[in-house]
Amino acid sequence: MSIGLNGAILSALASHWWRNPMQLLTLLAGLALATALWSGVQAINAEARASYDAAAATLGEGQFAQITARDGGAIAQETYVALRRAGWAVSPVVEGRLDGVRLIGLEPLTAPGGLGPVRADSGADLGAFLAGAGQIFAQAETLARLPDTGAQGVASPDVAPNTALTDIGLAQRLLGRAGQIDRLIVAPQQPLTRVPLAEVAPDLIQSAPQDGGDIAQLTDSFHLNLTAFGLLSFAVGLFIVHGAIGLAFEQRRPMVRTLRALGAPLWRLIALMAVELAVLALVAGLIGVGLGYVIAAALLPDVAATLRGLYGADVAGQLSLRPAWWLSGLAIAVGGTAVAAFGALWSLARMPLLSGRQARAMGMGRSQRVQSVAALVLLILSGGLALWGQGLVAGFVMLGALLIGGALALPPLLARGLMLAEARARRPVAQWFWADTRQQVPGLSLALMALMLAMAANVGVSTMVSSFRLTFTGFLDQRLASELYVSAADQAQAEAIIALATQEAQAILPLLSTDATVAGLPVQIYGARDHATYRDNWQFLQAEPSVWDALARGEGVLVNEQLYRRAGLDLGAMVPVGAGVTLPVLGIYGDYGNPIGQVIVTEDLFRAQFPAITALRFGLRTDPARVDPLRAALRERAGVPETAMVDQAAIKAMSLAVFERTFTVTTALNVLTLAVAGFAILMSLLTLAAMRLPQLAPVWALGLTRRRLAGLDLIRAVVLAALTGALALPLGLALAWALLAVVNVEAFGWRLPMYLFPLDYLRLGLLALLAAALAALWPAWRLSRIPPAQLLGVFRHER
Amino acid sequence: MNVKALLLALLLPMQAVAQGFAGLGAAVDDFAVPLPGRALEFPADHGAHPAYRIEWWYLTANMTGPDGTPYGLQWTLFRSALAPQDGEGWETPQLWMGHAAVTTPEAHVVAERLARGGIGQAGVVADPFAAWIDDWAMEGPDFDNLRLRASGAEFAYDVALTATGPLIRHGQDGYSVKSAAGQASYYYSQPFFDLKGTLTLPEGAVPVTGRAWLDREWSSQPLAADQTGWDWFSLSFDTGDKMMGFILRGDTDYTAATWISADGQATPYPDGAFAAAPLAWHEVAGRRVPTGWQVRLPDRGVDVTVTALNPDAWMATSVPYWEGPVTISGSHGGVGYLEMTGYDD
Repeated sequence: MSIGLNGAILSALASHWWRNPMQLLTLLAGLALATALWSGVQAINAEARASYDAAAATLGEGQFAQITARDGGAIAQETYVALRRAGWAVSPVVEGRLDGVRLIGLEPLTAPGGLGPVRADSGADLGAFLAGAGQIFAQAETLARLPDTGAQGVASPDVAPNTALTDIGLAQRLLGRAGQIDRLIVAPQQPLTRVPLAEVAPDLIQSAPQDGGDIAQLTDSFHLNLTAFGLLSFAVGLFIVHGAIGLAFEQRRPMVRTLRALGAPLWRLIALMAVELAVLALVAGLIGVGLGYVIAAALLPDVAATLRGLYGADVAGQLSLRPAWWLSGLAIAVGGTAVAAFGALWSLARMPLLSGRQARAMGMGRSQRVQSVAALVLLILSGGLALWGQGLVAGFVMLGALLIGGALALPPLLARGLMLAEARARRPVAQWFWADTRQQVPGLSLALMALMLAMAANVGVSTMVSSFRLTFTGFLDQRLASELYVSAADQAQAEAIIALATQEAQAILPLLSTDATVAGLPVQIYGARDHATYRDNWQFLQAEPSVWDALARGEGVLVNEQLYRRAGLDLGAMVPVGAGVTLPVLGIYGDYGNPIGQVIVTEDLFRAQFPAITALRFGLRTDPARVDPLRAALRERAGVPETAMVDQAAIKAMSLAVFERTFTVTTALNVLTLAVAGFAILMSLLTLAAMRLPQLAPVWALGLTRRRLAGLDLIRAVVLAALTGALALPLGLALAWALLAVVNVEAFGWRLPMYLFPLDYLRLGLLALLAAALAALWPAWRLSRIPPAQLLGVFRHER
Repeated sequence: MNVKALLLALLLPMQAVAQGFAGLGAAVDDFAVPLPGRALEFPADHGAHPAYRIEWWYLTANMTGPDGTPYGLQWTLFRSALAPQDGEGWETPQLWMGHAAVTTPEAHVVAERLARGGIGQAGVVADPFAAWIDDWAMEGPDFDNLRLRASGAEFAYDVALTATGPLIRHGQDGYSVKSAAGQASYYYSQPFFDLKGTLTLPEGAVPVTGRAWLDREWSSQPLAADQTGWDWFSLSFDTGDKMMGFILRGDTDYTAATWISADGQATPYPDGAFAAAPLAWHEVAGRRVPTGWQVRLPDRGVDVTVTALNPDAWMATSVPYWEGPVTISGSHGGVGYLEMTGYDD
């Protein structure tokens, strides 16, 4: 009995989809596309993270200080043993290429924690790694490219691509470098007593851990972009799903009424409809995750190239299927459907047994008012959070409230705009056009909201990425004004560099710094030489007039934005500099990618306050064409190793390449979100087409041809898209502002100036119009070909 | 890679509780096995025995500072072989591990070193004696005159050791049985070292004097499969007599002891003669460990209470255990060292 009833209800529910296959397609396609965008972006993120986690694990030596040979050559193994026996906690590394694969030999017993190939929980066997034929850890495709070494290959997805890790003994043998070491990793914790390096091994120099701040923040920002995009894409998709589900429920109201009148219990109806939706969501979710994989696979080579640019390391350009994002994709599809269906099921549960078709139409005015109020509340909440919110979570809540509030505000604003246009229209056809357009807004509103969110997301994210690029490259110009940066290993080398640079370079700018505490925060105090390099290149967020002259006279200090924000040090605030000296803030400068505060004083003041500190790093000004000869001179005559010199042009080129790649990915996602929104419009128009016949037939009967009607429909879609676009622009700019000035400040501690890119927005607007026109093309074509009998049928009595 | 966790799993290949603490009950494979009747030969046996799986040079000392503050120190070099060979270069399957600690009534500081054999970073030479890992060393012109050094991030020490008595062979002339099933090791001691030197602590340098006890032991399978750990006592009484005793905890406990008279005469005691029972338990590093004991050797009229100087003397090393100085009261007074292994959390 119960099964019979369930069966009857299910077949009645299913019959709706049989009769309206287009609606089923809309639902499935909308959900699948939303899931695809979400899971595609997640896949890119996950893959990228996994790739450079692996890169970081492999190259993680960077977090430790290192000891290398002064001449850049190999270190004798005996020297390593001598250092260990002198109390130095160091670990040897040898590195080379074996058939093109980067082979790194480590010594697992002395390597600092967290460094190396093997994880204890993966059942690794140190005995097998150290003794016998040995083991080589690498990704499976890397292992396949290695020659037969006799060692056991261990497939390990966590090793960076094209890199193989093995024991130092085996690596030395395979590379033909017995007894040789390339560098020593210095453990962070050293014994209480040890012999100075210069006494044990005068030919070796120790370098500080690499400061990865800039790159880490660049990648974080890149991920923030992608994550924001993923969320926005899903929000766009959610509107489509909401629309499709709402429509399906609306159309099935009479059937529900009939079923209930026949005795089907309400709760069972609702439960079965929920089951039906869950099955549809799972199917769509699976398709979506598959599509997402395709999107990710298509975009990943660019992401991989971005990361290669960032790390100089090989990053896999291939996706591996990670269960985490399969599951998260399905979860988001089902969860999204649940959110979208909740309202529909709720209103069904409260529907009077004998309610008629009009219920919703009558409620339309009220629901629009509710929507307007909700939009207002959300926008006010968003504004409040922007002004008074604290923390990253508040930042994201603010973003969400802004977007949903903006989307909900769209239909009432559109209706108002169309009413204005209607009032100004003189000719009858124009009047009808505007009135008919307004009448269609409720049916198209969800699709238009999706379009608006897509456009806003694109405006917002593009603005953020472009602003970031302008700011960062400007900052690099400012900060890396010197053509060459050189680090000395010790005082003697510093003097050699000064002597050489005095003859060979146009100017030498010593970089003096010391750690200090200001307002309870750790800061670095820098001494800057008064030189045109700084005056010409540095820009301030805020500054006193003639700031450089005042600084040169020792009348004040400069602070970076981080210190200004965290310690509240505005212009004129007093900053302690060394013992007994307190000076006012003369200027505040942007300092992107630096985690801690900075104070700049003049070189004389610095040397007077901190006489014990001498410069070991220098910026050298020279003709750009003379950089290479200068490098060579420093290497040969002052013994500066290549690794201790940084060429400004190379850094800039790398940073710009990273941004170019970011743009490629951003642009591709732009097009995809717009395509999804376009699809939503197409589906809405197709659904509306049948319902609109009663409105079109009288106009046709009055003499407007079908071609004309179709043309007007096309124009209508474009006009609606244009209006939506006009409203999306401020929303997108608000979004960009929120990302740059709220989320970024909370996440990274500095605020990015916002730049506007009108041409980009114009291009985006045209793309949106194109998407809308393409979406309207097929429904319009169908209208132009509709048999007159069907239009006439509207006037039949028994419609 | 978490090197420390790896080592725990691998350096001493312990795969199951059934193989005893730190894998010391693992199968012998191709390693040599201690046999009764082999006479120890010196100085050769001060050196390493690479054919055996496991070996240690284990020194503990009870000391006092100028103000009478009691201190303890430990210096241990472990050798663990992946295969029963020795040689030159990285391929050598001999691994070395050093443990050093200083214990005060308030603090216990520990350091650990790991090294490969075959490259000179760690090793032992019998004559002139030298045992070292990194900058830690125990070395001297002969086994009776040694200099001992170690350093960690929080401490260092440098002390001189002078033997005032003979070497002591445990069990049957150095063949020490460890279970009813016949597991055994070679085991001898030098319990008669006078010590003088300096501890470097965060508070500064402390001159110390005291007594040290060096244990030497090697085997390939010193534990039976059911033995999960041991409690080991080295006690120096005010009378000048000394006593070594241990309980190996298994399905049934196995005990052994050596009575060392002040003039250097050693008397071994078989299973059951020596007894020790926990009196007080202390929680350290998430484990409950007995840091007060009642220790008895009725045959010598010994019935004493052994109390830890610092119950927090936990060795948080790759293979963790408790090791620290103790004070003795009851039928005899004195000081000593207590080692307890296999107290899992």
